[in-house]
Amino acid sequence: MIEQNKPEVLRMEIESLSRNEEFARVVAAVFMARMDPTLEELDDVKTAVSEAVTNAVIHGYESKGGIVYMEVIIEGQILTIKIRDTGVGIANIPRAMEPMFTTDPEGERSGMGFSFMEAFMDEVLVESEPGKGTSVTMKKKIKG
Amino acid sequence: MKKPLFTYEADGHVLIVHLPEELDHHNCTGLKFETDLILSENYIRRIVFDFSRTTFMDSSGIGVLLNRYKQMALSGGSVTIYGAGAQVLRILKMGGILRLMKLYDSKEGAVTS
Repeated sequence: MIEQNKPEVLRMEIESLSRNEEFARVVAAVFMARMDPTLEELDDVKTAVSEAVTNAVIHGYESKGGIVYMEVIIEGQILTIKIRDTGVGIANIPRAMEPMFTTDPEGERSGMGFSFMEAFMDEVLVESEPGKGTSVTMKKKIKG
Repeated sequence: MKKPLFTYEADGHVLIVHLPEELDHHNCTGLKFETDLILSENYIRRIVFDFSRTTFMDSSGIGVLLNRYKQMALSGGSVTIYGAGAQVLRILKMGGILRLMKLYDSKEGAVTS
């Protein structure tokens, strides 16, 4: 018998490659499927994971590669996802989280990554230190 | 051979861009280069984005749509969308895209209206 309230944890390390953005969001979605989420909740989480991993690939590691760490924790109805990199870090977190703020000179990036994470998850916590890396912790209650 | 992510279709001065299943940062990489090339060599008055195959989009998709809109707005052209499903529609709304681009149910509407 599996204990119902024991937290279940998934830990994953992947190369910081753009093709792993899809891989990470699909893995998170498959793992959380046991929480019996609605399709909308699945989409919410996939989008938030995609944003966080894309940030790690583009900004954390400046597209030069590294390791992206993902941890997904299920505790009852609460889903927690941590995406972490050991890249360049963010000096000014409030500014980075401003809607439409982007460092991309080409203008091809919308600057809405953090706004989307906040819109689709209940809680988003960003911790970062320049030169050490960034960690994004997101929580969402899955009502199903 | 790998299937191309984006396929392009010309209809007079209209450029129809058929988008891939997953419109994320990884898949968006080639779109700017390809559309820039097409826009520089053809007289295009409207870009139509076909989302009918697309099941996932994130803010990277919003970024490329906004940039194509800016390009077309500069030359007095327009951008329209058709075939958007539930997930795509939520992202389009949240990204403010529906204030800039008209949404149609069918390709015909998006191309001709």
